[in-house]
Amino acid sequence: MADDARARWEEAYRAAGDPASARTFSGLPLRSIYTPEDVAGLDYNRDLGYPGEPPTTRGIYPSMYLGRRWTMRQFAGFGSPEETNARFRYLLGHGQTGLSVAFDLPTLMGRDSDDPFAKGEVGRCGVAVDSIADMDTLFGGIPLGDVTTSMTINGPAVIVFAMFLAAAERQGVPWTALGGTLQTDIFKEYIAQREWLYPPRPHLRLIGDLIEFCAREVPRFHPISISGYHIREAGSTAVQELAFTLADGLAYVELGMQRGMAVDAFAPRLSFFFNAHIDLFEEIAKFRAARRIWARRLRDRYGATDERSLRLRFHTQTAGCSLTAEQPENNIVRTAVEALAAVMGGTQSLHTNSLDEVFALPTDRAVTIALRTQQIIAEETGVANVIDPLGGSYFVEALTDQVEAEAETYLTAIEEMGDGSLYEGVLQGIDSGYFMAEIADAAFREQQRFDAADLIRVGVNAYRSDEETPLDMLEIPIETERAKVAGLSEVRGARDRARVGSAIAELTRVAGTDENVMPALLECARASCTEGEMVEAMRVVFGSHPETIRI
Amino acid sequence: MTVRPAPFRVVVAKPGLDGHDRGAKVVARALRDAGFEVIYTGLWQTPASIAEIVLQEDADALGLSCHSGAHMTLFPDVVEELRVRGISDVPLFAGGIIAPGDVPKLAAIGIERCFPPGTPLPDIVGWLTARLEISRGESVADG
Repeated sequence: MADDARARWEEAYRAAGDPASARTFSGLPLRSIYTPEDVAGLDYNRDLGYPGEPPTTRGIYPSMYLGRRWTMRQFAGFGSPEETNARFRYLLGHGQTGLSVAFDLPTLMGRDSDDPFAKGEVGRCGVAVDSIADMDTLFGGIPLGDVTTSMTINGPAVIVFAMFLAAAERQGVPWTALGGTLQTDIFKEYIAQREWLYPPRPHLRLIGDLIEFCAREVPRFHPISISGYHIREAGSTAVQELAFTLADGLAYVELGMQRGMAVDAFAPRLSFFFNAHIDLFEEIAKFRAARRIWARRLRDRYGATDERSLRLRFHTQTAGCSLTAEQPENNIVRTAVEALAAVMGGTQSLHTNSLDEVFALPTDRAVTIALRTQQIIAEETGVANVIDPLGGSYFVEALTDQVEAEAETYLTAIEEMGDGSLYEGVLQGIDSGYFMAEIADAAFREQQRFDAADLIRVGVNAYRSDEETPLDMLEIPIETERAKVAGLSEVRGARDRARVGSAIAELTRVAGTDENVMPALLECARASCTEGEMVEAMRVVFGSHPETIRI
Repeated sequence: MTVRPAPFRVVVAKPGLDGHDRGAKVVARALRDAGFEVIYTGLWQTPASIAEIVLQEDADALGLSCHSGAHMTLFPDVVEELRVRGISDVPLFAGGIIAPGDVPKLAAIGIERCFPPGTPLPDIVGWLTARLEISRGESVADG
């Protein structure tokens, strides 16, 4: 009977013109309909499980959003530490539940505000932090023990974290009360985001030091947020984002184990950061596949037994690269759909982009709309009422399998590049330019599909309009940079020079040994050494790393 | 006998610390595929190093990409470094995260076009080809 029904439908489909089946945004082939046949091999307990149970496909916590909503965490930072402190207080006052610090480019690149290379960049795309004085201002009046603080910083993560810990000391908050996340993911810097200070192996040594230090001294902090967001923004497909990010994450697991730590001693503190792009179901399938691959590999390959080690926790940001300069109000709708994907995919925290971010950092008004978007999804739509609401959908389960299989193919290839080690495989892929070439090819293919109208972006290659809507823009005056440079000069002048000198000398000494670098960095932070001074103190030992150019 | 004109040489440059190179690379590849000779500078160029590359490569055009918000400092500095080297006739264009209000200010210093993220590649290739053919036509007429 079922076969007859299928045959009848197929005939009717052909009679209706036999429309070609579609592809996902990332180019995965789709069927025109999914049926029980597509999920015939699915074993509920083995492949899905109840939420909180391996392989955690349906979610990592038993009660998910019924127990606790996702954290609404808007990434913010611009101009001076004073201005960013005001934005933080504004967001907390409007119901935001966690902080997320955006640093400016000189800070991300390990340079002080008065560095010649910082000219024009100070405070532009985040807040400028040069020394502990800026950290004190940034978190002034915000009880660090009561909020969680996410910091997007990678190459200089250990340095900025040392300043943060020293600032918490001055607030009188014990380190054990501090919760939050550092990004610290250096692999994706070489792969996509392009912000590093040293060659890969010295960076990995610093990351190992940080993981050990946090496990011992700051146990509520997540020392690494393994990030696919930037890989996707650089132009990868959904599958590449997933595969490369998991490869990076598993490589950090191997790093911890190489340093003699038990996998269950640090894996529960690893967290992830994914992109939520515009193809709703492809993204949901990606999040579900991510949890399943991670849980299985941690258990089967790395011998994790603590269920917390198997749980892939992730933050999500909607896709900046999906926003358009044309008809920018439409970006509100795109962001809402992407946020819905993140929520139905089971994210732990979420940043929604603002409609004006294709032009500049967002205004207060635009940020409020973005935050309200999350609140509408949480409070009005009902999508958070049931755990993994799309679980069991023929389509979503089949697509989850498809995304997982494609990602596993990449993981196997990367493992082979490292002779069985993902750690060595990722390093090899960075060294040979493999990741960059894969992403650059995907970015170019995507643009070609838009140019051929195989992909549509409303307002760009369809439904264009000559009407321009003027938007108010956040402007960061050049005086911000002058004031920051002047302030830094005051900090330099007011320091105990002897203490600075000996702290820096000690940092260089420790960098050349296998001692944990965190205590020396903390002393530098307390002595008001600048970020640039600390970076250079270690560069003497670690050296630099040139860019491998691949178009 | 017809002599095929030499391909146009265009420098695609990333000034400053910004690492967002997706757009620069996609545009560089599209221009290359369209028959341009493309010199992509890679990241972390100073205004002086970009001007020096334009000079050394005898470039016909220069494209600047910046997503960090520093364009109102970096782009004028590039223009100044070009001027110091006696270069005033190389067409300049740009891409990245550039507020609409900055576009006329950049036009006033010679950045003729700013292409926002997601601009169809044929728009950029078409504009640059037309722009350079006008320049070439004028220089042939002059000569």
